[in-house]
Amino acid sequence: MIRLIFEQISIWAIPVLLVGIPFIGLLRKVKVYDVFIDGAKEGFQVAVNIIPFLVGILVAIGMFRGSGAMDLLTNALRPVMAAINFPPELFPLAVFRSLTGSGSLALTTDLVKTHGPDSLFGRMAATMYGSSETTFYVLAVYFGAISVKKTRHAVPAALIGDIVAAIATVAVCAWMF
Amino acid sequence: MLNYIWFGLMAIALVVAAFNGTADAVTKGAIDSAKTAVEITLGLIGIMTLWLGIMRVAEAAGLVDLLGRMLRPIMRWLFPDVPDGHPANGAMVMSVAANMLGLNNAATPLSIKAMEELQSLNPVKETATNAMVTFMALNTSGVQLIPATMIGVLVAAGSRNPTAIIASTLVATAIGTAAAVAAAKLLERFYPKPEAALEAPASSEVSQ
Repeated sequence: MIRLIFEQISIWAIPVLLVGIPFIGLLRKVKVYDVFIDGAKEGFQVAVNIIPFLVGILVAIGMFRGSGAMDLLTNALRPVMAAINFPPELFPLAVFRSLTGSGSLALTTDLVKTHGPDSLFGRMAATMYGSSETTFYVLAVYFGAISVKKTRHAVPAALIGDIVAAIATVAVCAWMF
Repeated sequence: MLNYIWFGLMAIALVVAAFNGTADAVTKGAIDSAKTAVEITLGLIGIMTLWLGIMRVAEAAGLVDLLGRMLRPIMRWLFPDVPDGHPANGAMVMSVAANMLGLNNAATPLSIKAMEELQSLNPVKETATNAMVTFMALNTSGVQLIPATMIGVLVAAGSRNPTAIIASTLVATAIGTAAAVAAAKLLERFYPKPEAALEAPASSEVSQ
């Protein structure tokens, strides 16, 4: 029931907003088309501003993945993961999640297929993917759009959130399923 | 921080490639990723133009301001440096709402709009403000009410109960978000604010 409501909201939200916002604008005597064009003009420039930031981050991550450094990292941290009862099968996903959206999606799909969609690991993988975002992509896009280069505590704060979310995923799934 | 992570990822790749003999794959990773980055950005142009236009209409109609005012208590606690009634409040609410609903197409442009509003309060344009980092922490932890992509993956794999993960995802994401925001709030004390951050927003408000 709740799921159905949310699904309907997701389906209708964009068309309703696209019509509803100018409608309220008209009621308030806003010259909606003129104002729209005025704001929309910035779109191209903002997108172009992001390019150098995104190329920088994605290239570094692409090189790291390509070299096989990911496997080394996973193997090296395996004993640590075992010590805190973090399933080693899910560890690569926990690391990938913050780095690459397409990579972590592929990894999750693979885990779900290998262990089965209704297995504990399958659900843990799905929960891990769904409970977080591709941190470095968000970082590059958000700060790139406004050309902020000194990000201060953004990376540590976001990574702490990612680590906590990964641990919470394992704990919550072990408890629920 | 980003300087070291950026260089570190590439340097490690080179060293590992030397041992594994994966230099080709590193080259391919670099070239493909550069191409992907530009493709992603080009894909954003249309949707970004659309939402920035619609957001300007929402602003002119007073909707952004209204949204910001409705959630004033939470916003004031999360973003104490953002003055009441500043359009950044409404823009941030819109962006978080779009993320929660999983409206990925709208979420990115709305978030960027919010970052631009926050940038207008920033005295040192190159350096992130506390509000920017808190806002980013809120969004990188990815609060989403329905993990639609994952339900799709489970369905495709033949799950008998694909929606079982909704509850676990909600709990995990809530914990992660709380941790990210708490970390942003705690860590901000150890990183000096952009200079004159306390004076500049107030005086620029007056001059407007």
